[in-house]
Amino acid sequence: MTALPAPGPRRLGLVIDLDICVGCHACATACKSWNGGGAVTAPLTDFDPYGAAPDGVWLNRVHGFEVAGPAAPDGMTLHFPRSCLHCADAPCVTVCPTGASYKRADDGIVLVNPDSCIGCKLCSWACPYGAREYDMAEGVMRKCTLCVDRLEDDRLPEAERQPACVMACPTRARSFGDLADPASEVSLLVAARDGRDLMPDLGYRPTNKYLPPRPRRGETAALPEAGAHGGAADGVADGRAVAHPHPQDAGLAPPRGFWRLVDRLLSL
Amino acid sequence: MHPAASVILFTTLSGAGYGLLGWLAAAALAGGALPQGPAAVALVLGLLAVTAGLLASTFHLGRPERAWRALSQVGSSWLSREGALALLTYPAALLFGYDLFVWPLGGAWPAIVAGVLLLLCLATVAATGMIYASLKPIPAWRHPLVVPGYLLFAAASGALLLLPLDLAAGGRLQPGLGLAAMLLCLLGLAAKAFYWGSLDRQSGRAGAPQGAALGLPELTAMRPLDPPQGQPGYLQREMGFRVARKHARRLRRIAAALAFLAPALLVLLAVLLRDPLAATALAAGAGLSCIAGLLCERWLFFAEARHVVADYYPPSP
Repeated sequence: MTALPAPGPRRLGLVIDLDICVGCHACATACKSWNGGGAVTAPLTDFDPYGAAPDGVWLNRVHGFEVAGPAAPDGMTLHFPRSCLHCADAPCVTVCPTGASYKRADDGIVLVNPDSCIGCKLCSWACPYGAREYDMAEGVMRKCTLCVDRLEDDRLPEAERQPACVMACPTRARSFGDLADPASEVSLLVAARDGRDLMPDLGYRPTNKYLPPRPRRGETAALPEAGAHGGAADGVADGRAVAHPHPQDAGLAPPRGFWRLVDRLLSL
Repeated sequence: MHPAASVILFTTLSGAGYGLLGWLAAAALAGGALPQGPAAVALVLGLLAVTAGLLASTFHLGRPERAWRALSQVGSSWLSREGALALLTYPAALLFGYDLFVWPLGGAWPAIVAGVLLLLCLATVAATGMIYASLKPIPAWRHPLVVPGYLLFAAASGALLLLPLDLAAGGRLQPGLGLAAMLLCLLGLAAKAFYWGSLDRQSGRAGAPQGAALGLPELTAMRPLDPPQGQPGYLQREMGFRVARKHARRLRRIAAALAFLAPALLVLLAVLLRDPLAATALAAGAGLSCIAGLLCERWLFFAEARHVVADYYPPSP
C-alpha cells in the first residue's frame, strides 16, 4: 500500500501563476470551507479561533514575500500559495508505517486515510513543502486532496468538478488539469511560461508547477541593466515592457476628453 | 525539529536496552557467559529498557490504540521495519532466557539463539537510525554517521549497563568488556564531534539557493512580508524549532562529558580497582552518566536539525 504505484495514465495537479496571484487568500479560505465539511478531510479543527492566539489545520497557506531577482532588480511583492504538490516520488507515502498515506494509481493524487492513520507525524517530516498539517484534536494527519470529493461527484455540474481553490481564485492564478497529458491546458501553460518545480534538487518530482513572475514593467529578464532607468521607448511587446520614464503607466494610452478631466481631478 | 520527550526517551532507552541484550548475546556466543543471577538481571533490565522505550514512542502517536497498524508496511517504511524488528526481538530474547534459566537447549541451538538475538538487536537499532537518516528534508540527518552513531551509542550504553552486573558477579567478562566499553565511549565521542563539526559547516540546504523553495532559484533576495497566519502553526512548532547557538554549545559539552568522557574515566578506575564493591558502584555510575548524557545528545539531535520547510518561514531581517 505505501509502496508507490506504477505511474498511471493521469497526473492531476495544479498550476499556480505567481505572476497574477494577488495574495487574497480566497483559495485558502475556500479550501478550509470545503474541506472542513467535506467527505475526506473533515473536520479541519480550529483551536481558540476567536481568541488571542488562533490556530488550526489548513491545507493551503498563502505566503507573502518581498523578493528581488532578474525579473525585478529593485524588488517586488510575491504571493505564494503553498499546498500539497502530489509528487511523483512522494516519500510522505513510502515512510508511512500503516498504509494510511497513499498515492492513487490512476491519477496520482496523494491522500491520507484518516481511519488508519496513527498520527506518528513522520509523513510531515518527510515533506519538504510543509503540505501536511497534524490535527491535534483528531490525532491524524491532514492534507490537500485536490478535492477528490468534488472531482468525482457527478451531481455537480461538469464545470464545478475541480478543486475549491481553483473555483475560488478571482484572478485565475490557479489552473487544474492533467499534467501527464502534453496537450492539456495546464501542460501548455507550463510549456509556455517555463513552469517550475519547487526544490527540484530533492528529486521529489512534484506534479504541481509554479509559473514564475514575468519581468516587472521597465525591466527585462535577459538584460536587467538595460531597462533600469530612463529610456524613451514606449510600449509592450510579448508581455514584457521595455523601459519607460513612468514605469507605472507603461502600456497605457494617455487619457483623453472626459477621462482626462477625471484623471486631473484624481491627481489633485 | 521539535525535541519531543517521547521520541528522545524511545531512541535512548530502547538503544540502551538493545545494547545490553546484544552484549549479553555476544558474551554467550564468545563463551564467556555470566552467572545465572546477573544474567537474569541483565535480561530483565534489557527487556524493561526496550519496553519502556517502545511504550514511550507510542506517546508520540495521535492514535496510540492503532499502533499495531504500524507493522504493516515493512516493504517501504523504516518506522514499520523498526517496529517489526523490535517485536521479533522479544521471542528471541525469551528463547535466550529459556535456554539459560529453564531448560538448556541442546546442540548448536544456544549459539543459534544468541546469534539471532544479537543480529536482531543490531538490526533494530540500525532501523531506528534509518527512520531519521532516510528523511531528505532534514539535511543534518542525511549525515553518513547517523546510523553508525545510533549503533555506537546503543553498544556503548549497553556495555556500560552490563559492566556493573558483571563486576558484581566477579568480573568474568573482564577486562574485555571494560576495554570494549571505554573504546566505544571514545569512538562515540569522535563520531559525535565529527557530526557536530559538519553540522556547523552546513548552512541551509547544501548547494540550493533560498529561492529554490519558491521554484525561483534566480532570486537574489527574499524576505517575509505577510506571513500566512498570525500565530505559529503546526509546521513552525514541529519543524521550526530553533536552539540558540550558545545553549547548543553548552549542551554539546554536557552531552560529551556525561555520555562519553565521564563513563570512560569511571570504567578505567573500575577496571583498575581491586575492590569489587567500589568497582561495581563506579561502573553503575558510568552507566547512569552515559544514559543521562545520551538523553542530552538526543535532545540536541532533534533540536539542532533544521527542516527545509523553514525556507518558507525565513526570519525577518
